[in-house]
Formats: sequence, C-alpha cells, structure tokens
Amino acid sequence: MFLAAEEGEKVELVGGFLAEWAWLIPVVPLVAAAAIVFFGKRLPYKGWELAVGALGFVAVYGTALLIGHAMTPMGFEDHVTLVDAGTVPGLGDLVLEWGWTVDGLSIMMYFLVGVVGFFVFTYAKGYMEGDVRFTWFFAAFTLFAGTMLVLVSAPNMIQLIVGWEGVGLSSYLLIGHYWEDMENVWAGNKAFITNKIADIGLFLGVIVFAIGAGSFRFLDVFEAVESGAISSGFAVAGALLIFLGAMGKSGQFPLHVWLPDAMAGPTPVSSLMHAATMVTAGVYLIARMFPVFDAPAVAGDIRWLLITIGVITLFATGLIALVQDDIKKVLAYSTLSQLGYMTAAVGAGAYTAGLFHLFTHAFFKALLFLAAGSVIHAVHSNNMSDMGGLRSAMPHTFRTFVIGSLALAGILPFAGFWSKDEILATLNHDGYTAALVVATAGAFVTAFYMGRAVFLTFFGEYRGQGQPHESPPIMTVPLYGLAAGAVFFGFLNVPGLYTGFTDWVTARVFVPQEYHPESIDFVVGGIGLLVALAGIAAAYVLFFRDAESQAARDRFSIPVLYPILENKYFIDDFYMKGIINPTRLQIAAAVNWSNDRIIDFAVNAAGVATRVAARFVYDILDQLGIDFGINAAGAVTGEAGGALRLTQTGKVQQYAAVVVAGAVLLAAGFIIFA
Amino acid sequence: MEWFDNGWGLSLTVFLPLVGAAVVMALPRRNELAVKSTALVFASLSLLTSIIVALRFDYGDTSQFQMGTDLAWIEAISSRFHIGVDGISLPLLVLSTAITVLSVIYSWNHWPEPHNPKAFLVLMLVLATGMAGTFVALDLILFFVFFEVVLLPMYFMIGIWGDRTKRRLAGLGVEVEMRLYASIKFFLFTLFGSAFMLLGFLALFFKAEPNTFDMVALSELGRAGVFTGTFGFWVFAALFLGFAVKVPMWPFHTWLPDAHTAAPTVGSVLLAAILLKLGTYGFVRISLPILPQQAQDWAPAIAILAVISIIYGSLACLAQTDVKRLIAFSSVGHMGFVMLGIATLTDIGINAAVIGMVAHGIITGLLFFLAGSMQHRYHTREMSRLGGNMKLMPVLGGILGFTAMASLGLPGLAGFWGEFMALLGSFNPLDGLNLGVFRTAMVLGAVGTVLTAGYLLWMLQRVNLGEVPAEWASKEFHDADGFELAAWVPLVLATLIIGIWPKAVFGATNDAVVSLVERTFG
Repeated sequence: MFLAAEEGEKVELVGGFLAEWAWLIPVVPLVAAAAIVFFGKRLPYKGWELAVGALGFVAVYGTALLIGHAMTPMGFEDHVTLVDAGTVPGLGDLVLEWGWTVDGLSIMMYFLVGVVGFFVFTYAKGYMEGDVRFTWFFAAFTLFAGTMLVLVSAPNMIQLIVGWEGVGLSSYLLIGHYWEDMENVWAGNKAFITNKIADIGLFLGVIVFAIGAGSFRFLDVFEAVESGAISSGFAVAGALLIFLGAMGKSGQFPLHVWLPDAMAGPTPVSSLMHAATMVTAGVYLIARMFPVFDAPAVAGDIRWLLITIGVITLFATGLIALVQDDIKKVLAYSTLSQLGYMTAAVGAGAYTAGLFHLFTHAFFKALLFLAAGSVIHAVHSNNMSDMGGLRSAMPHTFRTFVIGSLALAGILPFAGFWSKDEILATLNHDGYTAALVVATAGAFVTAFYMGRAVFLTFFGEYRGQGQPHESPPIMTVPLYGLAAGAVFFGFLNVPGLYTGFTDWVTARVFVPQEYHPESIDFVVGGIGLLVALAGIAAAYVLFFRDAESQAARDRFSIPVLYPILENKYFIDDFYMKGIINPTRLQIAAAVNWSNDRIIDFAVNAAGVATRVAARFVYDILDQLGIDFGINAAGAVTGEAGGALRLTQTGKVQQYAAVVVAGAVLLAAGFIIFA
Repeated sequence: MEWFDNGWGLSLTVFLPLVGAAVVMALPRRNELAVKSTALVFASLSLLTSIIVALRFDYGDTSQFQMGTDLAWIEAISSRFHIGVDGISLPLLVLSTAITVLSVIYSWNHWPEPHNPKAFLVLMLVLATGMAGTFVALDLILFFVFFEVVLLPMYFMIGIWGDRTKRRLAGLGVEVEMRLYASIKFFLFTLFGSAFMLLGFLALFFKAEPNTFDMVALSELGRAGVFTGTFGFWVFAALFLGFAVKVPMWPFHTWLPDAHTAAPTVGSVLLAAILLKLGTYGFVRISLPILPQQAQDWAPAIAILAVISIIYGSLACLAQTDVKRLIAFSSVGHMGFVMLGIATLTDIGINAAVIGMVAHGIITGLLFFLAGSMQHRYHTREMSRLGGNMKLMPVLGGILGFTAMASLGLPGLAGFWGEFMALLGSFNPLDGLNLGVFRTAMVLGAVGTVLTAGYLLWMLQRVNLGEVPAEWASKEFHDADGFELAAWVPLVLATLIIGIWPKAVFGATNDAVVSLVERTFG
C-alpha cells in the first residue's frame, strides 16, 4: 500500500491486533522493574529472570511486529488522554496524552532494543554474578529498557521527554552502580548534568513546537510545519533547540564528554545503553522529527550545522580512540565517532542511511563491548597493556571480537560495510564532498584503532596477572547471537538487490523525502573498503608483534598531537576549570556571600538600628510604645534571656506594636487616598 | 449530608484541630500517650472531613465556590464568615490536612528538645486550623485572621524547640542563638509584610461601594475596573509585600533559610509544605482577581523577581554545607517557578503554579522529614561529615535519592509538571505582556533546572554515596522505623501518582483556572 505513495506524501497506514496491543512493549519492562525492586531478592535467580523475561517478551513482540510490518506496513498510533492542560492564549488547548506509535521507525527500534537487550541481559547474569547489588542492577537495567521503549513508542513530545529523562536517570544510576568509589559518582553526575544542559534545548524546542502546533503530537507538529502554521523562523529555532537536546544524548561534539566517563558503569550497561541503544536516542529523535528537519523551510538553514557537528564528532573522537589504553574507552570513543556518522547522515537528509547505521552499529558495538567485558572479566583489568595473547585462551571471545571489529571497520561483507557505505554513497550523491572526504578518512581511523585493539588484546604475549580463562557459556552464547547480526544484517539493505530495511523504516505516516541509491556505488564503496584495509594494515605494522608494541606506541607518540589527544583536546579541562568549578565554587560562594553580607545584612542592620533608635527614644522619652524595637533588638542579641521568657513576654507586645504601626500607616493611607 | 455541604464540612475540617488543641490542653501533661492519640485523632478527623469534602465536591463546576457558607460575623465592619472551596483551593486544603496528620505520626517518637509533646501538639493543631482556614476563607478579614493564626504557633515551635547553636551575624559581630534569632526574624518579617497586606485590605474595603471584605464581591468590582490608577498600584504593592515575603520571593527571602534550618523537623516540614503556599495562594486568590489591571502591570516585574529567585536560590544551594539549609534554599528556587507560572497570567501558568505548589509541598516536606531523621541519627547536618548513607541506611537513603530526583523535576514524578508548564506558559504569556521579558525568563528558568539538578546530585553525592566515613563506620544505625515510614510512604506515593497522573491535581484546578483567567483577563 505504501509503495504506491510518492515520497513526501502522507499515507494512511493500518494497525491491527499486534499494533493495538503494542502498549505492552514499554509497560511490561516497567512492571518488571518495579517487581524486581519489591520481590527480586526472594526469587531463585534474584530478579534476573524477570528482567530477561521482560526483554525476551519485547524481543519476541518486536520480531513479530517486524514480520507483520514487512508483510503489511503498519502506521498506527493510539492515545489515552491524561489531562487537558489548559489553553494557550490564542492557540487553543494543550492536552497531555499517553500513547504508542507503531510505524516503521518505532518497530525497528522495538526489535533492536528487544533483541540486543535480550542478549545483553542474558550475558549480564554471568558478568554480574556475585555483585553486591545484583538485584538492584537488574531493576535499574530493566527500568532503562522500559523507559527507552517509552521514548521510542512516544507519539507525542511530552511522553518523549518522560522516556528521555527516564533513560537519563537509569544511566545515572547504572554509571554510578559502584558508588562507593567517588570516581564513578562523578561520572554519573557528569552524564546527568551534561544531558541536562542539552535538555534545555529539548525542553524549549518542545515548547516552541507544541505552542506553534497547539499540540504535543508529532503528527500535528509535522502538519503545522508543512502547512506553515509554524513560521519558518520558529521552526528553524525549534529544530535547532531539539538538535541541542539530541547532541547531549547522542554525544555530539562538544557535548560528548560524558560518554567516555560513563564507561565507569558495568560493561553490560556500556554495551546496551552507552553503545547500542540509549545514546542513539538523539539520532532517533532527529529521525522521528525528520519531517521537520527535512522541511524545505528548515533544512536549508540547519543542514550545514548538523553535518558539520556530525563530521567533527566522527573525526575528532575517532582520533582520541587511537591513544586510549582502556579497551572500553577505545570502544566509547568509537561509539561517539559512529554516532557522528549517523548524525551527519540524518543531518544531510539521508534518513535511511543514518538509521541503517544505527541498526547495524547496535549489533556489532554491543558485541564488541560484551566481548571486551568477557576479556575484562578474565584479566581483571580494563587496560590493554595488561592483556595480549588472549587468542588461544579465549577462542570464543576472540572470534566474536574480530567479527565485531571487522564489521565496525567496514570490511566487506560484514554489516558495517553496508551501512557505512550507504552513508558515504548518499553524501557523495548529495554533493557533500568535504563531509565525504572526512568521513572516508574517519573510516581509516576506525579501522586503525580497531586493528590496534585486536592486536594488543589478542595477539602477542600475555602481559597481565594470573591465568585468563574463557568466560562461561551464558556469556559466550550471546556473543555469537550478536555476531550473527554483525555478519548478516548488512544484507538487509543492499542497493539494487534487496532493500527491505529501507521499506521498513520509510513506511510511516509522513514518508520521508530522500535519495535511495539504486545500485551500489562501486567507487565510493571501493575507496571506503581500501581505506579500511589500509587502516588495518597500518595497525598491523605498528602493533601486531607484542615485543615491539611498546616501541611502536612510542613511535606513534607524535609530538604535539599525542598530548592533545591524550588530554581530549583539553575540552574536559575547560569545562571543569572554566565552567563547572567556577559556578560550583566561586559564583555560588559569591551568591551566598551576597545573601549573608548584603541582603541579610540589611535586614539585620535594620533590626540593630531599630534597637539603637529604640534605646535612644526609650532613654529620652521613657516607654512611649517602642517596645517593638526593644524586643526585636533584644531577641537579635539574645539579651532577652531564655526562650521561655522571651516567648512569654515578648511577642504579644510586639504583635500589638506592629498592629498599632499598621493602624498608623493605615490612617496615613486614608488621608492620602481620601 | 446537606448540612455537610452547607459549610459544616469545611468548618469541621478547619476547626476540628482547634477543638483538638483545646482537648489536648485539658489532658495531663504526663500522659503522653493520651496527648498524642488525641492529637492524632483530631488531625485525622480533619483530614477525613477534607477528603469527604473532596469526594462530595462537584468537579463539573470547579470554578464555583462550593461546600461553603456565608454567615454574619463581625457586623460592625461587615466582615462575614464566608467560606468555600473551588478547584484551586481544594488540592491545597487536602494537602494541608494530610501533611498535618503525617507530621503528628512522624512526631510520635521524634521529639525535639525540650520535649513537652503536649505543648508541641497544641501548637501544631492550632497551626492546622490556621492553614486550612486560610485556604477556605473568602472574606479578607477572615483570611487575615487565619493567615496570622499560623504565625504564632510556628514562632513558638522555632523559638522553643529549635536549633540551639550560636551564630555570629555577618558584618555586625552580634552573636545570636539560632532558634531565637530565626523565630523572631520569621515573625517580624512576616508581620512586616502582613501589616501592609492588612493596609491593602482596608483600602479595598473603603474603596468598595458598598464597603465589603468579601473576596467574591471585590473580584467583581475589580473586574468592573473600580480599583485602578494610583490607588490600585499602591494596593497591589501592599498586597505584594505581604504575599512576596511569605512565598518568599527574592529579595524578601532571607528569613526562610534561617527559619527552616533552625526549626524542629516538623516545623520545617509544615513551613515548606504549607506556609509558603499561603503567599502564592494569596496572589492567585486575592491579588489577581481583585486587581487584574495591576496584575498585568506588575507581571513582568514579578516574572523577573521569580527568575532571580530561581537562579539565585539554586546558586546559593550550591554553596551550602548544611544539608537542611540546602533544602531550605531550594525552596526559594522552586517557589520561583510557581511565581513565574502565576506571572504569565495564563491558564497553563496558573495551573502550573497550583500543581507546583502541591508538588513542592509533598516533595520538600518529605526532604525535610528525611533531613530531620538524618540529623536525629548523625547529630550533624554538615555534609562534609556525612557520606555512604546509602550503605548505613538503605531505606532512608533510597527514599532520599527518590525525593531528590523528584525535586529536580524528573518527568514522571510530581515536580516535573509545575516546572515544565511554567516554562511553557512563559513562552506565550497573556496578550499584552512583554514577550521579551517572559521568553528570557523561560530560557533562564530552563538554565535554573540545570543548576537544580547540579545541587541535588551534589547533595546526594556527599550524603548518600561514597564510602562510609570512619566517624560512622563502627556505629550502629537504625534504618527508617515504622512511624517514619508511615509518614513518608504516603508522600512517596503521592509524588508518583501526581507524576504519572497529573489529572489528580489538574482535574480539580483546570476549569477553575480557565474560568478565573477568562473572567479576569478575558
């Protein structure tokens, strides 16, 4: 049905039984999270069974929806009115609603969160075994899944905010899971505050669109932008504000600083939240609001900004990954870099390409984190300088990590090749040549740091403590599950052969207007592949043999550049020393000082002055009803003695005195007004 | 039940605590159980009648004053016993009776020095009458009486059961005992404001033809344009002083950190949860409807002061080392959002203000309960000495974490709606108000939410998280006991319910607010 529709048109899509019950998708994990908090500890698996059961449900439901959607495209939403929130002058009622969307975009995300989440939750049982807060971990992790699905299912912007902040809360809780260590607490705070700053944009953007459209519903907003009911200026401002929100969640430069620190959380959290799903919420939001970002009145003004931010992010953060020793940090910077690709793609109007990369990246990056977690589990260190030679000791981890790395590096025929190629091809077609060049160079960097990670971790001699062993099956089996995605899911969208993914995600009420490659762009794809192979080759030369790797790293320590990268371009330092600490320490102290020394000083001085004046009058005029001042002053100095004496003698007189004073003022008032 | 709907229900809600106070006074001081039970019974009866009022309230007609009566009272000045509730006052009335009951329950075995539950409970019950009365009064003199009745018990609570540490006043070198200093400051500051407020009331009385203190009649006159010009300006200014001190708005706020910090736990809870709302309620109930033209003239100035309160209060929080003082200062910021909502003079803004008042009452009340219980155990409020509370007392720590999240406006919890909708309302204030001022206020208010998150997370970091300091490592701590949980769990649930289902409040307020704005500014 939707195939008949021209791009850029609105189509009527159907729901059906599966769509009508899809509200269960966010609700089941949320209920499970609450149940884990209250009953988890009494269950045989300490609550894990509820968590993984909820994710299993989402995975099955998401898969069923995807199959149903592939057969008959769905474009469904339903709403429950929570409350009529009142009228905005001149613009009508604003209604708060709860609802759920079932269309191509949200179904893709349900599937992604469910399937990747199921594997990660399964793995997490093995990884978190013996943890002090095992049950709480799964409660918070399931809360994340539920709130992420609230976000994805939202047909209106209020619900989106609820989900958005909900995943932020889960992120804070899980980054700081080991809160005994202040480092982790700081990391959690940093994530929360950075996102909160970006949320200024999200909140105000939502306000701009909601008031412009007179509704919080996305579809109404799209209508209003299309019809011009929201003026071009407001639409541009709103889109920029929303993008600021997206930059926080999706770690775009210069708000990327929280994500590497977020690696303080347990590895399954890094895998599912800080790589596969939560951090893609910003890209998802741009895709959800694509009809706004791509509207003729908006796109011309903001496209360059989205592409620029995306490209800076993908290249700048990729370079930092080159110098990290902590394997999770390598992957974290890599995630930032890939989010840069996605942002550049959706920013350039390549809706499908950006989402396709989001989709494949979720599988191979979740895989890489879990495999890295398996290594960390074995060697009890995050640092690659404590690893090496693990190929034989951990064959399953090795194999799957290599698959993930090849997919990330963009090597044919793994998933990352297809999705990255689609981004490059679209940039090429749309004439964003500079972006294309940087993105291709980024592909070299990607392949280089992944090659480095593989060689330092799995080849050469073991440099750590003890004897590492392969992880138990509950951890290795999910690795293979995700590896299957990393190998095969690229074939879901091969231009000219099979483009199922394009059909899925573009089947929604507002069909995005965009370019779809008709056939493989062999030039761009070929160059991309060659560049990636060159990156691996370079890493091989520098890092393959362990004995030389130390020297190689020294050789790699390019003067000037290396310290800049090691210090993350000094951005974190600038934020901390230039903004956070001055606000937290100097400005706050100055405000507090002004409170005590200026405002309150005036108040206290008035009290003391009253006492002095009262004493003067009292001494000279002898008790002429200025007890008020005396007592006030007496109380201020504590001269009046014990509390009881004060309270029993002081206030009635004071009260009377003030009422008398009031009456005097009153009389004055009447004289004036009459 | 006709008698109940004709004013008896509301009168019982208001005066049952006062009767209770009289009964408690007659009981022997030694028999603490009888004293406490009697207080609890009367507070609960008041809560119960307020709930019945809420159940019998006609939600199809929330803009009308219901369940009330209008009787002759002080004939000489034609002041009448005119009471009633509408959709705006009803949530606040129920909040005040509920918080009172929870305070009695919490107090059951948490008595601040110098003990004396009898006196303490008598004061609390008198306070309850004052609070509930303020929310139902429809006569300015009646309102003023209840408004002032609230003062004395709170004054005694702080002055007698308050903090006994000494402090040197900055810049004056005078040493004061905190409870005496804070109680007098609270009393005089509020009285200073309310003297002007009374002046304003009297001016309205004499200007009105025929002379009346009736709020409904005065509102009609106000809409008809009787109170305008210079007269209106000065009356609004007088009322503004009275209410702004109570809210409190910057720069009239300095009584608040001292009073909240020095007050005994229950005193802080009642101050934060209810007393501050008397000010914002006064704006909505009295200033706006009676002086609509002046409200529009003053709105930008109020919005500016509101935003200063938000930013200033949040920054001051970041500088605090005392956990209770931090929570106290947080009220300045949060009430700033309420005032910002009111200043927009729109449906959304005033709805935001009312739900913001209720949410702040619940959340900040709970925060003060928690701070009190921590002080009870650690005997210090200095955050630098605390840490790892989550490990020592997981239940108390967990509730503290939850409440802090609610306070920073996490969507899905009660605090979100007031904040977000105040910003929403500021984007498009009432026609004719200065857009530049309000949109700037919106942006700065949004920046305030970041600072709010900052100080609350930092507070959690210092109090709840990290390793347990050596000082406490070997000590035995009791996690939350039954009385504490009985007082806290209802507030936790209310935070959740209002967060997920804001209609719990908007259902009552919306029509009333729409009608108020329509009649007053339409």
